[in-house]
Amino acid sequence: MNANGPVRVAFAGAGKSFGAVRALSDVDLSVRAGECLGLIGHNGAGKSTLMQVLAGTLAADCGQLLIEGRDLREGYSVQVARQHGIRCVFQELSLCPNLNVAENTRLMSPALRGFGWRRRAGALIEAMLEQIFPGHGIEADDIVADLSIGKRQMVEIARAFINVDERLDLIILDEPTSSLDARVAEQLLRHVRRFVEGGGSIVLISHILGEMLGTCDRIAVMRDGRIVETRAARDFTHDSLVEVMGGTAREQQQAVQAFASRREQGIPRVQQRPARQADGRSVQAFAGEIVGLSGLAGHGQSQLLTQVLRDCVKHGTGASFVAGDRQTDGVFALWSIGENITIGSLNQLKRGVLLDPDAEQTMADDWMKRMGIRTPDMRNPILSLSGGNQQKALFARALASDSQIILMDDPMRGVDVGTKREVYSILMEEAARGRSFIWYTTELEELTYCDHVYVFRDGQAVLDMPRSELSEERILRSSFAEETP
Amino acid sequence: MSTSSLAALRGKPWLWSFLAALLIWVATLVFTGGQGAGALLSGALAFSTFFAIVGIGQMFVISTGPGNIDLSIPANIALSGALGMKLMDGQDANIWLGVIGVLGIGVLVGCGNFALIRLLRIPPIIATLSASFILQSLAIAYGRSVRVPPPEGFYTFATGRVFGVPYLAIVVIAVAVLMGYVLTRTRYGRSVLAIGQNARAAELAGIRVGRMRFATYVLCAVFGSLCGLTLAGFSGGASLGMGEEYLLASIAVVVIGGTSVAGGFSNVPGIWGASLFLYLLVSMLNTFGASAGVRLILTGLIIIAVITAVSGRKNARA
Amino acid sequence: MNAPLNSVARAPVATRNNAARRARMLRAALPAVSLVVLLATIFIMQPRAMSYMGLNLMLNLAVPIALATIAQMLIISVNDLDLSMGSFISFVACVAVTLLDQHPFLGWLALAGCVGVYALLGALIHSRNLPSIVVTLGMSFIWVGGAILLLPSPGGTAPQWLQALVRIKPPLIPLAIIVCIVLGLAMHFFLMRSTVGVVLRGAGGNPLAIAKAGWSLLRIKVAMYAMAGGFGVLSGLFLVGLTTSADANVALRYTLLSIAGVILGGGEFVGGRVSPMGAVLGALTLVLAGSLLSFIRISPDWQIGAQGAILIFVLALRAAVNRLEVRPL
Repeated sequence: MNANGPVRVAFAGAGKSFGAVRALSDVDLSVRAGECLGLIGHNGAGKSTLMQVLAGTLAADCGQLLIEGRDLREGYSVQVARQHGIRCVFQELSLCPNLNVAENTRLMSPALRGFGWRRRAGALIEAMLEQIFPGHGIEADDIVADLSIGKRQMVEIARAFINVDERLDLIILDEPTSSLDARVAEQLLRHVRRFVEGGGSIVLISHILGEMLGTCDRIAVMRDGRIVETRAARDFTHDSLVEVMGGTAREQQQAVQAFASRREQGIPRVQQRPARQADGRSVQAFAGEIVGLSGLAGHGQSQLLTQVLRDCVKHGTGASFVAGDRQTDGVFALWSIGENITIGSLNQLKRGVLLDPDAEQTMADDWMKRMGIRTPDMRNPILSLSGGNQQKALFARALASDSQIILMDDPMRGVDVGTKREVYSILMEEAARGRSFIWYTTELEELTYCDHVYVFRDGQAVLDMPRSELSEERILRSSFAEETP
Repeated sequence: MSTSSLAALRGKPWLWSFLAALLIWVATLVFTGGQGAGALLSGALAFSTFFAIVGIGQMFVISTGPGNIDLSIPANIALSGALGMKLMDGQDANIWLGVIGVLGIGVLVGCGNFALIRLLRIPPIIATLSASFILQSLAIAYGRSVRVPPPEGFYTFATGRVFGVPYLAIVVIAVAVLMGYVLTRTRYGRSVLAIGQNARAAELAGIRVGRMRFATYVLCAVFGSLCGLTLAGFSGGASLGMGEEYLLASIAVVVIGGTSVAGGFSNVPGIWGASLFLYLLVSMLNTFGASAGVRLILTGLIIIAVITAVSGRKNARA
Repeated sequence: MNAPLNSVARAPVATRNNAARRARMLRAALPAVSLVVLLATIFIMQPRAMSYMGLNLMLNLAVPIALATIAQMLIISVNDLDLSMGSFISFVACVAVTLLDQHPFLGWLALAGCVGVYALLGALIHSRNLPSIVVTLGMSFIWVGGAILLLPSPGGTAPQWLQALVRIKPPLIPLAIIVCIVLGLAMHFFLMRSTVGVVLRGAGGNPLAIAKAGWSLLRIKVAMYAMAGGFGVLSGLFLVGLTTSADANVALRYTLLSIAGVILGGGEFVGGRVSPMGAVLGALTLVLAGSLLSFIRISPDWQIGAQGAILIFVLALRAAVNRLEVRPL
């Protein structure tokens, strides 16, 4: 691995504050030519802020931003960044849904102009997609709105690698694999390696430790707005990374607890056949069970959850939903934390026909304690919370309701390790009290909490195993296999 | 800004509209040397009633999210006024018939609007606009015959006052208080606000989005119809054009009252403040002897100034 | 089920893309199809309409409406809505029959000022993040007020050159049709095919992305509003050329007609999904619908209602087409 190229970009003592919050302080970091630098840290550690500064969408308050040895901090902008060959693929998608793939390519490449620009843009993006994601199935004149989220992410990434009469030295990839399934993520990481071996630089941010360890040359760990450790990736292990990040590096509780199936007695509380299921198999959940949905991302797990939710709402049996995509599926941005929690249980809070404000406040405060939501007052706006705490509020909304069925749509996306552990234990408690959980998760280790796991492929549940039989290898095999084993 | 004062401001965006109304009232009185203060206020209460009642309906609709708006209000007012007067037929004994008939029209119009939105999946602006074309034709066809005056009893109710306060104003203030509770303290109101902020999240939180929107369009149409009926009573009979100014007015009072046009954030008291403000503004300009053109220009400028000032506090459009 | 969650189970990749594509093409063809059907109906009922004179008569007033629709479309493509379009065009008409006729220099200055006001509106709406509906609602009062001040009672005279201009009779094809075709094509190439157009539409689809890519949203909005103002001025001028005189309310209904035209033409209120060709076709459809109603001798009482019914019918067709579409999650 080439970690000794010349320094391309460096921060020296860079700082950034939002009001009283110091998002970055005294950051020293360099990116060399021909290396992939990993950047890792908890939510709120400052990774994204730092990268926004590098991409030119935020300005640093102090310190230096050295590009090829010159301090460009004053007057730095997206344009200046691009002129120096620095580009960014942000976490949130920045494609225009109403334009087609070729037109979106043009937005980033001003050099594509004059007669026939569409054809050229289309050829460029299709070639780049083919290079990074062979077999992608995307065409240049597809309207972005018609593409699935994973494909949009692929277009977005491919677009950043396209170079027309410009410099292209460094690309920032902020959680690039979040919407990609394992196979496509693998393709991307391979391309990252090819790119850095050709002399380019990549800054990679990811929550998936394996990705970081396997792809990066060096890894910088951030905590509380500072860089706390920078080492060659080979000098890190899973455990040492977690330790440096400040996560309590406890031994993972892999020991499978005594498994007692709850399926012998009684009837299932939920019995839903996935819409595209060809055989008679259905997803079942019994009282007190945690049922896991696994498989590659986007293979019908979320659809199953919404199917169950709709049926329950229609029949008035009541089910609660915990969204993973907080901003589009979960949070009511104008409301307080309290209102965001109580909206799921308004029927319990009525006195006569009117809602009882005291009861609401009590419920909010109870759940603040129970979930450990870090806020001085539940009447503060929900957006005053960090992402992880917003997610806790969404859990509280579901758990505070009287629903016996809780549906979770990959709710731990982008949540820090500490929060996850807190939430897991509460889920176990609630299940022990008889609630049923259906939990779609993209993280295999979360499946160890489930009593029963269904693996999805192409919209169907293809494998159904109790915890006693749980094995990562079987899950992967059925996620990819051509035929049901 | 500290979170507590921000929260306080968030809680009372309607204060501004009342302050503005008060300011204009005082400015008018300064100009007239304090004469006619009571009469002006009494008149303001009487006329604002109609703005307020359509404004409350429109506010609920606008609260259900970006793009939700009811443009059929003017046609609905014209049709309801005509139908109500015809049903009452100038007889006190028939007042109940008129009221029930008009309420029925309101429900039907609301159902029609929502059916178009839902079945055709078209933006509410276009749905209610198309519906309003049809309602307008109905109003023309139905109301073209001789103007029927309202029954004596109804006319007295619509124009009468107690201590200078119009009966109608009292009723509509009571309605506003009721709707204020509905908005903030009932499941329906909460659902409306949740849908307005994020309809997808609302559905996932178990709210029946379709039903709530349906109820809201019916509510707005019923309020529009009641406005038409009382307006016809107040002005001694229905006329075809009597709803015209209420389209712009209903939107203006919602905005000036501090409701977010992007949905999910609204309040009822502001509707009254804004209604008083709008009426007082026109009467102030009249007092100052402004010509019609100048009056219109100033009204427009003030609406723009208000929305500019209001949005300084909070970003409105998503 | 309608509503926000429109999740359809994953279909195999290729068929899903094709289904979306087919639905899009059908939707794009709908404005043209409805116009053809309408024209065919008119020609069957009134064969004499199928002549140079007939078409000229029917479509004369289509040009100002088409121009107004294009103006409205520009505003809609950046996710705004102009509720003052009709009163603005009325104001322009009043300027044309007063200032422009008597003091041409002042008149042109005033019209240039109008475009400037639109540009300013764009800047104000963007920089303070105001709801366009309310701002333009306020503007509608201002334009009507200005029109009343300029022309207190109906009258005035349009400049001779303007009257002559709109009465040009080119051989074979009536002026109205030529203007509409040129307008539609020019706007199509500008907005849909040019690189500038991509940025302008992109600003409607995902403003944040456009800003991140380094374009100024302020300049985009100002440009769109200024262009809308420009087309509004053209609409007003063409209108008075035809009517020769004006009044303060002459074009008030254009606000609703222009919005309806954009929607009939396949445009959507948010997300920068607009179609210039569609908008022109939509405007023509609206005008011809009016003609059709008078041909079938519908009582004037019901004419406006029938117009609403036609609007609903076309939208119902579109809903049916949309149902064919299979959207990915």
